[in-house]
Order: sequence, then C-alpha cells, then structure tokens
Amino acid sequence: MSDAKPAAPAAGAGRASMKKELPERFRNHKHVWVFIEMERGVVHPVSFELLGQGRKLADKLGVELAGVVMGAPGPDILHACQESFAYGADLCYTIENPVLADYRNEPYSKALTAVVEAHKPEILLLGATTLGRDLAGSVATTLLTGLTADCTELNVDDDKSLAATRPTFGGSLLCTIYTLNFRPQMATARPRAMPMPERKEGREGRIVPFAVDLHEQDIITKILSFIPDRDSNKTNLAFADVVVAGGMGLQGPENFQLVKNLAAVLGAEYGCSRPLVQKGWVPSDRQIGQTGKTIRPKLYIAAGISGAIQHRVGVEGADLIVAINTDKNAPIYDFAHLGIVTDAVRFLPALTEAFRKRLSPHTRDRMAG
Amino acid sequence: MHFVVCIKQVPDSAQIRVHPVTNTIMRQGVPTIINPYDLFSLEEALRWRDKVGGEVTVLTMGPPMASDSLRKALTIGADRAVLLTDRFFAGSDTLATSFALSAALKKIGETFGKIDIVFCGKQTIDGDTAQVGPGVAKRLSLEQITYVSAINEVNGEDGTVTLERRSEGGVQVLKTNLPAMITMLEGSNTVRRGRIDDALRAARAEIVSWNAKEAGIEDVTMCGLRGSPTVVKKVFAPSPRAEKAALVEVGATPAASAEALIEAVLAKSPKIEDDLIKLASGF
Ligand SMILES: Cc1cc2nc3c(=O)[nH]c(=O)nc-3n(C[C@H](O)[C@H](O)[C@H](O)COP(=O)(O)OP(=O)(O)OC[C@H]3O[C@@H](n4cnc5c(N)ncnc54)[C@H](O)[C@@H]3O)c2cc1C
Repeated sequence: MSDAKPAAPAAGAGRASMKKELPERFRNHKHVWVFIEMERGVVHPVSFELLGQGRKLADKLGVELAGVVMGAPGPDILHACQESFAYGADLCYTIENPVLADYRNEPYSKALTAVVEAHKPEILLLGATTLGRDLAGSVATTLLTGLTADCTELNVDDDKSLAATRPTFGGSLLCTIYTLNFRPQMATARPRAMPMPERKEGREGRIVPFAVDLHEQDIITKILSFIPDRDSNKTNLAFADVVVAGGMGLQGPENFQLVKNLAAVLGAEYGCSRPLVQKGWVPSDRQIGQTGKTIRPKLYIAAGISGAIQHRVGVEGADLIVAINTDKNAPIYDFAHLGIVTDAVRFLPALTEAFRKRLSPHTRDRMAG
Repeated sequence: MHFVVCIKQVPDSAQIRVHPVTNTIMRQGVPTIINPYDLFSLEEALRWRDKVGGEVTVLTMGPPMASDSLRKALTIGADRAVLLTDRFFAGSDTLATSFALSAALKKIGETFGKIDIVFCGKQTIDGDTAQVGPGVAKRLSLEQITYVSAINEVNGEDGTVTLERRSEGGVQVLKTNLPAMITMLEGSNTVRRGRIDDALRAARAEIVSWNAKEAGIEDVTMCGLRGSPTVVKKVFAPSPRAEKAALVEVGATPAASAEALIEAVLAKSPKIEDDLIKLASGF
C-alpha cells in the first residue's frame, strides 16, 4: 500500500507523529547500520551501495557506520565483513548460526530484530531486493517503526532526522518521508539507485559477534531445495557497463532484434521500456525504469523511447545517455546528453555496423560465435 | 479450506497523466482497478479452492467506493467480500494498514471460519512498497512466504503447503505449515475471466462492510495518520536538467550519421572507447 499519502490533509496540530520531540526511550539510539545481504556466500552489491550512502549519513551525524552480517558459520562471514570495511563500514555485527545458511523470514527477522534491540541504531538501511523487502517489512512491524521503501535519495536534516526521498504517484513526483518519533528510521533502496562507492583494499574495522538463540527444530519453514538460476538465464542488466534499449518507436516486435544486434556488437546488455513488456515483445526482466530495473551504465543508448518520467528515474544514473528518436521534442532529449533525430529502425543497423567495424580488430577471436 | 485475499483498489496507472505545466498529477476521471499484482494472488486462491475445496474471501480497506473492486473480485469467482472502511483509516502508512487489515483478518477468521492462507499482492502499483503483506504476517504470526512463483501442493490434512519462492539468485523450494501469508509473483498464473453465473451472483451479492469498531479495533490511535510512524513532509517534481541533449546532425546516409554519432560519443566521453574494447574482446 501507499506509504506516500501526500493527498492526506496535513491536519497538523495534535497529530502525534508530527511532534519533533523524540521520545525519551529512543534517545540512546545511535549510529547508522546497513544490513549486509548475503546469499550463498556472495554479498549482494546493493549492500555496498548502501554502505557508500550510509558512510555519508554517518559522517554528517558524527557517528559510526556498521554492517550486520549473518549466515552459517564459515569463512564467508569474515569475508563479508572485510568487504564491508573496504566499502566504508567501521564495524560489523556478525550473527553466525547454521539456521541462517539460507534466507528464511523467521530466523532472519528474529536475528536482525534482536541485534537492533540490543545495540539500538538510529538508522537501518536494507536493499530493496526480494530478500531485503521480505525482511524489512517484518522487522519494521515487530519494532513498530517507520519504513520507507525504494528510496532514491537519503539525507540527514539539520535536526539529524533521516530524510528519505522516493518516487510517488507512479513516479511522476518525488516525496520526502520522515520517521520522526520512532527508531530506528528504516529505509530500503533498490540496486543501482545509489552509486557504488570506492573500494579501499585493506581498510580495517571491528568485528562484534552477536549471539542469537536459533534452533532448526523451532523453525517452521523448511528448505527442500534451491535451484540456482542458470547464468545464461540471468540478466546482468542492472550492473552492465553498456546498455542498449528499445521502445515503442521500434514499431514492431521484429525490430527489437536490431537492439539485440547492437548490444551483441558492443558486449552490452539490452533492455526496453515498459510497453514492450506489456505487449509481450520482451521478457519482463528486461524492463528498465521505475517498475523495472534501475541501471547505472557508462553508456546508455535508447532507441525509440520517449523518456517518460517512469523510464527516466531508472536511467538517470548513467554517465552518458544517447537518444535516438524521430521527435526532436521528445522528453528524452531533456535528460539525454547526446541525441540524433532519426528513424531508429533504419539507423540502428548502420550504427551496429559502424561500431562493429571500429571494434572488429578486438573482437576477431569471437567472430565465429 | 479458507483462503483470504487482501486486495487494494488503485488508480489505473496507465491512464494517469501528469500536467505538462504544473507537473501535478491529473486524477480527475482516472478509473480505478484492482491492483494488478493482487489478481495473481486471487487467481491462485481460486485455483486451490477449486482443487481442494473451501472458500475464498476477499478483503479490502478503503473508502466506500472500494466496494467496486470487491464486486469485481466476486465476478472473477470469490465467494465473499469484506470492506473495511472508516474515516479513522485515512492516511494510513504501511504499518497502520497492516494493523487494520490484521484486525479484520482476525474477525474474518472468527466470523466465517479459521483462515488457512492469507494472500496479499506482491506490492501495489501506487505505493510500490511490498510491506503490507509482511506486516500482516508478522502481526498475525503467520508463516511468511513472498515472491512465490508456484504453489505445488496445499495439504489440508497435515496443514502444509509446498511452494517455490524466487530469490535473487535462484528459486527456493519450501515447505511450511499453515496458516501462512503468501504473495504471488506476477505471471505465476493466468488470471481467469469470471463466468456468467459468478457475474450474476456478484451483482446480487451483499458486501460485508465493517468500520473500525466492527472489525474489533479498540485503539483507533493505531490507525490512519495517527498510527503511522512515517510522515510525508514534502512532495515535489524532479528537477529538470539544465542542458538539453546535444543533437548530432543527421548525415546523407544512415552510415554517415552513425559515424558522426560515434565520434560525438567518443568526444563527450573518451574513456568509453577503452570500455567498449574491453567488452568487445570479452573481458
Ligand atoms: C506506474 C507506472 C509505472 C511505469 N513504469 C515504467 C517503467 O518502469 N519503465 C518504462 O519504460 N515505463 C514505465 N511506465 C510507462 C511510461 O509512463 C511510458 O508509457 C513508457 O515509458 C513509454 O514507452 P516508450 O517510450 O517506449 O513509448 P512511447 O511513449 O510511445 O514513445 C515512443 C517514442 O518513439 C519515438 N518514435 C516513433 N517512431 C520512431 C522511429 N521510427 N524511430 C525513433 N523513434 C521513434 C516517438 O517519438 C516516441 O518518443 C510506467 C507508467 C506508470 C503509470
């Protein structure tokens, strides 16, 4: 449901939540935390992006940045801590227990709630992934605190409260949300919504083990098996350095191949605007934008995409945006860096060929494929 | 078995327009629909009812006109509809929403029979938070399984359910005990069209309507704005970028245009060439 209800009258006076005075019981909440999401020993990159953002918040507040790492006992835990330090954490709380080997809501939410209650952070950030969203919703409910989903910007105000900004009204507007009277202030951010911070090899931090009493026999949900995605199935769209995407300007499903061809020559990932998914031309994991993937490539080429606000919010992190659109007044030219006003269907094959020629000395060994 | 599906009436986002000058949303005359993600959960509930027997109740919290969505759900095949409506609910964030829905779910269990599975939508298209389902599960101590791509078995005898849950890197096959809260992934099933007799029944059906008190909520300070820890302080339009795109001149042929565009790309961002070479050579 909506946690963004700007339409509600700001009837102000007497509303408990509008009072700025933080209740006594929350005054000792301090420090910024990031939940370090690990699946099968691998830390999700969104956790590092959040550490980058968390670092800025912690510095502004003059407090420490901590990671929370949980999983089965083993070297993965230490490794995740070291990675967290490299990306800016001052310390990591670690919870090691065989029950935490794979994600399940019950043990994970118990563990995270327990460490929050014991060490009292003022801010807790999680990735808006399937795991992070599943976990954040239950932890916030147990703690009876506020949670703002899918933030695109996080900041602290002069009075030190967290200002969490997210799209609202289907992406056409932004709103800034506060959790004034409760702690921790919780927020999630989608992968790639925040830039990846610089990694400082060998940066050190403290490890603070935290014990939680968890036993497999008490956990109701059982994992029967895990079927990993075959790599060929998995799109790396969100993390690609170069992305080529097509929109309705391509005119028909058969022309989407032109986008794929260019992507293949560039070693890029391909994506699309939402109507192509709705029409069934392209699978949904290729959709870019507010209700699809957020991307941050070095180069983004958009062919036949108008640049609606919901698309824009997913691509604005790109270093260089190139638009191909027949309408010189298309909104995409308001935020693209470069553009060419021409028919994408005729232009894409020429662009593909030109890039192929330029790059062919380097691709020789792959030409057979 | 008793399946309850929580649905939300939302504006049809495909028809929302933003005012080109004021950049505010133009809501007038925008039709409302059942949140599309909820339909996959409704369909899954109907399927298992058809397979193992039982009833499907749909529940929504909203203004009185949200009964339109409930009636639509009845048309698709639900057996009973409950509307939770009260001015105390206005301005609820996700925490307050899950509080009110949990109270109504408890009441539904007491009134119409013990609930085996609560289905919620994966998220809504207007709020997009994916938080209400987990909130409901936590408050009612239900086993929580979100992002479900398939339910393989619902076993009423031993009170278990076996299902597949999407995680970031694969699919978890899970077995859990009822009662549970499940959210279905989009595309996990094909939503049926209602049958004629369902439509006729829906037109006549009485929608159960409860206010806060009738739903068993004593402490209304837990509802609506007052029960919402989050406060929206500011709504604003994204700031426009100062510069518009530099337009590359179209050449005599597409090939000439392509060369010109590539030159422009490399002029803007010389480092790109190295990246492209790296990618092209397969590193
Ligand atoms: C709640 C909500 C969420 C949404 N989420 C997303 C999202 O995540 N991602 C997303 O992309 N959209 C999203 N949308 C939809 C978005 O509002 C737009 O409708 C959509 O992005 C438009 O797609 P498009 O640019 O491909 O098509 P159109 O808007 O139809 O634009 C087609 C463009 O192609 C140009 N064109 C036509 N012919 C040619 C040609 N021969 N060569 C070159 N150009 C040509 C036209 O000038 C036009 O600019 C969402 C909408 C809502 C309400």
